[in-house]
Amino acid sequence: MSPSRDQILGSIRRALRRGALAPEAVAACETRLVTHPRNLIPARARTLPPRGQVELFVKMAEAANATVARVREPREVPATIAAYLARLNLPQRLVRAPDPALDALPWSAQTLLETRRGIAADSDPVGVTTCFAAIAETGTLMLHSGPAGPTRNNFLPDTHIAVVRASQVVAAYEDGWDRLRAAPRDADARFAMPRTVNFVTGPSRTADIEQKIELGAHGPRRLHIVLIDDGATT
Amino acid sequence: MKATSRAFKDNARRALGDPQLQKALLNLRTGFAERRAHAVSQLPEWEKLRDEAVAIKRHTLANLDFYLEAFEQKVTAQGGQVHWCRDAAEANAAVLAICRRLDAQTVTKGKSMVGEEMGLNDHLEANGVTPVETDLGEYIIQIRHEPPSHIIAPAVHLTKEQIGESFRATHRALDPARRLEDARQMCDEARAILRPRFLAADVGITGANFLVAETGSSIIVTNEGNGDLTQTLPKAHIVLASLEKVVPTLEDASTILRVLARSATGQEFSAYTTVSTGPRRPDDADGPGEYHVVLLDNGRSALLGGEFEDMLRCIRCAACLNHCPVYQAIGGQSYGWVYPGPMGAVLTPSLIGVEAAGNLPNASTFCGRCEQVCPMKIPLPRMMRHWREREFERHLPPRTYRLGLAAWAFFVERPALYRRAADWGARILGYVGRARGRFRALPLAAGWTRTRDLPAPEGRSFMSLWAERVAARKRA
Repeated sequence: MSPSRDQILGSIRRALRRGALAPEAVAACETRLVTHPRNLIPARARTLPPRGQVELFVKMAEAANATVARVREPREVPATIAAYLARLNLPQRLVRAPDPALDALPWSAQTLLETRRGIAADSDPVGVTTCFAAIAETGTLMLHSGPAGPTRNNFLPDTHIAVVRASQVVAAYEDGWDRLRAAPRDADARFAMPRTVNFVTGPSRTADIEQKIELGAHGPRRLHIVLIDDGATT
Repeated sequence: MKATSRAFKDNARRALGDPQLQKALLNLRTGFAERRAHAVSQLPEWEKLRDEAVAIKRHTLANLDFYLEAFEQKVTAQGGQVHWCRDAAEANAAVLAICRRLDAQTVTKGKSMVGEEMGLNDHLEANGVTPVETDLGEYIIQIRHEPPSHIIAPAVHLTKEQIGESFRATHRALDPARRLEDARQMCDEARAILRPRFLAADVGITGANFLVAETGSSIIVTNEGNGDLTQTLPKAHIVLASLEKVVPTLEDASTILRVLARSATGQEFSAYTTVSTGPRRPDDADGPGEYHVVLLDNGRSALLGGEFEDMLRCIRCAACLNHCPVYQAIGGQSYGWVYPGPMGAVLTPSLIGVEAAGNLPNASTFCGRCEQVCPMKIPLPRMMRHWREREFERHLPPRTYRLGLAAWAFFVERPALYRRAADWGARILGYVGRARGRFRALPLAAGWTRTRDLPAPEGRSFMSLWAERVAARKRA
């Protein structure tokens, strides 16, 4: 171990006027890490029924300058996206994350929409992704990296479109963590953190020039959410 | 970063006379404070969340050695590396060694106050590595070769006209006749200039708002998305973090996140909260191949267990700056080092010594707003008072100041004498100043009257009027 490491740990213990932690204190800290107890979660979303959480998610996302389109069936998603791009006069050209859930959608029916599957490049004007969960409390998307989720796809393109199922909406960040912990990722089917977990609330912004908020700093200028009301929560 | 905190009084005087700065600082009062107040009003659990956030940090600091070791173990298990650094020199050397090994020409940087504390940009440049700041505010001050003036809005001291001039002077390849008048145009220009830099960088450096012991993760909170492009695209991601950033679990981080954005910008949640754990996995579609955490002490461990330990709870939201009448008047650069405002007035003497920064804890009216709005309930005024006491004990203030204080103490310790002297003083000043009602100059009070008039007392001291009122009420 490096001498700096030992000196820093020694300095911490000296300042706290103790040696290494007593075994019972170590046990208490270890338990905290293993059981990760919840702290107070605001009532705002927690007390709502699932339908109410979906409505709150939409309201909060819109308050953070995202736009939301609602559809009944997954098969409506490509047409909805094409209509959104046409309405804003944006290029009908998108890159979609290599995600089986997106592969299953009828993209070819949109004859004017040029789609590519893979990792986003700087030249891609529109990126389409799914998400892992959606947090009602603040209208926040939760995405993570993996084979189906290149992180850059939700940062490089000017327009980020996220496809969200109503059943993915949870009340709070803590619910998102618990869902992630329950989704085993490594070979032994144990929980492993993905390299990157992104919480995304609205499009990129800055207020660095005279405190005036401008959307589209370095990340997407627009965040559009296509919400599939799949009824799983009703 | 070189400290000019010794020259605080001159810095402040210059700042007060700088019309551009004064214009820029007006934006603070209407922006941050109003938005924070609104966000807080939307969350009935606000006070309870603050208490829980404080409890989390207290528990962590009491067991800091355990949580840092647990954090390191998790980072290592996932293929990352923690570099323990006692001071800025060690931290700079650790970053440079990684850059050299990867043969890095340019590094992109997300905003990091620890990076400012280390003076990392100068160190990299001196060693042939080009650092590119990507946060818009940091980029602006980098091209102007200035230190930041605010911990979350580094260019808040500048007007858009000044920024436009700097863009024209720096972006020479662009059409000199282009329009560059409003924030939108400047934002788009910076985006276009920096995008290829993101794509070309060999190493990406970010700060950290939290380190999570449970998972070995670092968390950054941003709005621009620059921190994410910075850490996702290059070969390696280096995280600069001071050791008090660690919290036990993702749940604990979530609780503090609820008070962070609301206190900082008044947002419900920042646009991007990003949790990074180790390098990219073998089957990941993208991400950095290496993950390093440069863990900096730089004097913080010595603050544990003492009267400044509470300062280690600070989450760098800047609410204390935004609500400070002194900061609002003079801006951040006057403080002369990395951390300005009330949190800087406490932290700077702790990190660079009270000899160099003794002026800062004196730059307070003790109005108490900073402590009121601090999400982590740090008793900032009390700690500034501690620093003043230490400064006095070490005979650091000038002789005239000490003599004046001794004279004042002589009277204050003798209440009857003090009251009589104050009453006579008020009567005499009231008589002399009765025509104008104020003084433009007064012996021994030049420090006050140089920049403003002193109102003339209206004849009696408060204490004598009060005594009279109490006596009258007793008679009634």
